Amino acid sequence: MSEQFDLTKLIFGRLSLESIPYHDPIIIATFLMVAVGGIALLVAVTRAKLWGYLWREWFTSIDHKRIGVMYMILGVVMMLRGFADAIMMRIQQAIAFGDSMGYLPPDHYDQIFTAHGVIMIFFVAMPFVVGLMNYIVPLQIGARDVAFPFLNNFSFWMTASGAVLIMMSLFVGEFAKSGWLAYPPLTGIMQSPGVGVDYYIWALQIAGVGTLLSGVNFVVTIVKMRAPGMSLMKMPIFTWTALCTNILIVAAFPILTAVLTLLSLDRYLDMNFFTNDLGGNAMMYVNLIWIWGHPEVYILILPLFGVFSEIVATYSGKRLFGYSSMVYATVVITILSYLVWLHHFFTMGSGATVNSFFGITTMIISIPTGAKVFNWLFTMYRGRIRFDVPMLWTVGFMVTFVIGGMTGVLLAVPPADFVLHNSLFLIAHFHNVIIGGVLFGVFAAIAYWYPKMTGYKLDEFWGKMSFWFWLVGFYLAFMPLYVLGLMGVTRRMSHFDDPSLQIWFQIALLGAILIGIGIFCFLFQFYASYRKRDQLRDETGDPWDGRTLEWSTTSPPPKYNFAFTPRVHDNDAWWQMKSHDYQHPKDGFVPIHMPKNTAAGIVIAGISTVLGFALIWHMWLIAGLSFVGLIGATVAHTFNYKRDYYIPAEEVALVEAQRSNDSGSEVLA
Amino acid sequence: MSHSATMNAGETGKLEFLVPGEHHVPNGTLLGFWMYLMSDCLIFAALFATYGVLSQSFAGGPTGGDLFDLQLVALNTAFLLFSSITYGFAMLQMQQNKKMGTLVWLAITGLLGAAFLGVELYEFYHMIHQGAGPQRSAFLSSFFTLVGTHGLHVTFGLIWLITLLVQVNKHGLIAANRRRLFCLSMFWHFLDVIWIGVFTFVYLMGSMT
Amino acid sequence: MSEHSLHDTNHHDHHEEEAPHASFSGYMIGFLASVFLTAIPFVLVMGDVFSSDGVTSLIILAFAAVQIVVHMVYFLHMNFHSEGGWNMLSLLFTAVLLFITLFGSLWVMYNMNVNMMPGMM
Repeated sequence: MSEQFDLTKLIFGRLSLESIPYHDPIIIATFLMVAVGGIALLVAVTRAKLWGYLWREWFTSIDHKRIGVMYMILGVVMMLRGFADAIMMRIQQAIAFGDSMGYLPPDHYDQIFTAHGVIMIFFVAMPFVVGLMNYIVPLQIGARDVAFPFLNNFSFWMTASGAVLIMMSLFVGEFAKSGWLAYPPLTGIMQSPGVGVDYYIWALQIAGVGTLLSGVNFVVTIVKMRAPGMSLMKMPIFTWTALCTNILIVAAFPILTAVLTLLSLDRYLDMNFFTNDLGGNAMMYVNLIWIWGHPEVYILILPLFGVFSEIVATYSGKRLFGYSSMVYATVVITILSYLVWLHHFFTMGSGATVNSFFGITTMIISIPTGAKVFNWLFTMYRGRIRFDVPMLWTVGFMVTFVIGGMTGVLLAVPPADFVLHNSLFLIAHFHNVIIGGVLFGVFAAIAYWYPKMTGYKLDEFWGKMSFWFWLVGFYLAFMPLYVLGLMGVTRRMSHFDDPSLQIWFQIALLGAILIGIGIFCFLFQFYASYRKRDQLRDETGDPWDGRTLEWSTTSPPPKYNFAFTPRVHDNDAWWQMKSHDYQHPKDGFVPIHMPKNTAAGIVIAGISTVLGFALIWHMWLIAGLSFVGLIGATVAHTFNYKRDYYIPAEEVALVEAQRSNDSGSEVLA
Repeated sequence: MSHSATMNAGETGKLEFLVPGEHHVPNGTLLGFWMYLMSDCLIFAALFATYGVLSQSFAGGPTGGDLFDLQLVALNTAFLLFSSITYGFAMLQMQQNKKMGTLVWLAITGLLGAAFLGVELYEFYHMIHQGAGPQRSAFLSSFFTLVGTHGLHVTFGLIWLITLLVQVNKHGLIAANRRRLFCLSMFWHFLDVIWIGVFTFVYLMGSMT
Repeated sequence: MSEHSLHDTNHHDHHEEEAPHASFSGYMIGFLASVFLTAIPFVLVMGDVFSSDGVTSLIILAFAAVQIVVHMVYFLHMNFHSEGGWNMLSLLFTAVLLFITLFGSLWVMYNMNVNMMPGMM
């Protein structure tokens, strides 16, 4: 009898029917919506017989363009979840004063703000940034794909696997209640014995593997696969920022992996890294996680700096001002990002000497960013500016990000930070720079490169609507938080006693609602544009009179990107080709060497998901088996030596014949 | 094959904007693996830092001086160092295109690596048996994790080595296998580099407490 | 078919850039130097040669640093030219970050412990 019991425990661990939160109406309602929507989607795909197409053309694709789009879709889907968390918090904080406890008990509220942070950083911002780099970088450097196309596919599925685990935590078990960085001792096994922190750990460890490998992939791609003649100082600026970002990824993510491993050793094997007794030191966790955490925020913003540089140059009709100084600024930021991390915990007690050092380095790191802003302004000066939607986002970014940056420099002063640390001022600051910088940049990039990806532009009306609602909504949602922070209000609170604060929270809720409308407009934009796609068609491949090589391809580009590898002579390679009256070749095509699709990525990532779930729920038998399966699948994959094929020259000729003949010389007014 | 397509059509005949024919893209595997090794190095950096911070937190329990058997560590170090040179010999055989020689030296490397792991597991078992397991104190947690992570890497290296033995035996010293052998070579030597840090920082300095 | 693709990649290799070239003498020099650089620290510690632990620590750390360089040069064939200098650049960058992580953490945590754990330091 006891053997039977042990077997159940071995298979199911601590998973039981009680793990499903039946008694929580909000979660049940959410689950029903997701289930209905999900089933409807599955049925629709099945009826349209699209599974084969999806499997062959998307899931097993090693094409960087496909993978880039999949990352973007993941980012959009997770953004909806993250925003749902946000609006729930705004509502709670707007109504929970005095006697009213709001509708979210603290237990639930804590999971929401934790999930909001984790999702927005790891499963919205990172996928957006990685997706953009995936799509654009190989095109900008004149390459056919990235250095390791199979690894690229695998990286995507590992990120998706992490997202799946996070989403599962909503319906099976619970999520962490510790904030997005999960500080011990709160997240140690004593104070968080449940599954929440384990969901957090494994989702991030799995996604982290994907991100790290992606970082290696892109560094090698940019270093080794640039078109002949494209020296480093002739690369497009977006590629430069991508290079520095990926260097940061390779350099920073190992630290996150290590810290989370130490936390899981404390939780699973009773070790004493961060415990309160037996010599543990929880402050070491904070130290290590921010050694990762600060470079992480630069990983998020640097590519978008590159996006803005490209957009500003294109829509001003001018070469980017101060290209070299932009490059140096980016490299300086990359290096300095490793010397500021302590500013995230000035108040933890390292004393005046240490705090002063890091305060000064933090202030120094704002200088290269400032230089970039000036360069963008100088690029615009005396340019013939077109205020298309990407440019609107860019101007919105420049104003918003500068404000956020200034509050950052304020926070960099340790005595000021002692008052403002973990207040709503801090929350306002980082949302200011992340929304103003990363999110506005992503929206600008989508508007800018959408025609390249799909062959038609985005509807301008809905784009502008989205922009204005986001812009006004952002300021209404977050400026009150600066006020509240200066008045002393702490972050992560689900209830307040002082009624005089309520008006500010109500304004913030209004701002969040406007942002919600902005998101709706953003999504509707895709639908409206698809319906009008024939009117919005991009025939030439170069709808904005662009300057860099991606605009030399058709929209969308063929599988192989370039029939012939370009030869580069100057910055803004495509601009130079156009000014030399470049004509696309009509014959002389050769067979093109391409990598084959693979199921290895999705399979190995799938096994990782199972492994993660099993470890979370202490299902040791399944964990053991899936770990062995993981090793086995990986080894088996290495026995596959037949990973490439050739596109015959005739097929290339056919594809190239379909492109318009004068795409090279036509300049759009 | 007409040449007009591959040369720049236009008045300025000087500038060519295309590479005619197939452009040979340099292989990035060795650089990519080196990048990965650098990231692995930083995992160890975090573990070394943790060990550095927690190495004096004995919680009233045993110290390095109490626990470390330096003769055993010297033996282990010898195994690993010899395995580095035997891998070197395997690479020399590969350079001379000798499949059998490569396989033999690779196998010897594997045996030495397994010996290293055996000694290490014995050491861990002995310490745990004495009540000086990783749960005892922060010092011991960080010791077991740092040394254990290195051992885990050696284990994965061995799995890889065995896989390569099979693959080289099956397909010979083709380009793909050479690249893989180079990568494992980098990995293996890199593990020895980390071990230098481990035996110096952890064992030698730790036994002086 | 598999022969074809395997042979193909083989053929490409003739144009492949330099893979590091090993030599027997190189390996032997590296090996013997490593043996020496390993043995001395062990002897110093096991034989309790210097009365000052601090001095011993500095010496063995210096030996470790030298041995790491020996491994890099003789076993890993580090030089300024491989992969267009990117190997060396990434190694130096990693070394800097390792230094910052290690000594930064030690400095920060020492100060934290002094201020926040009175009685323990």
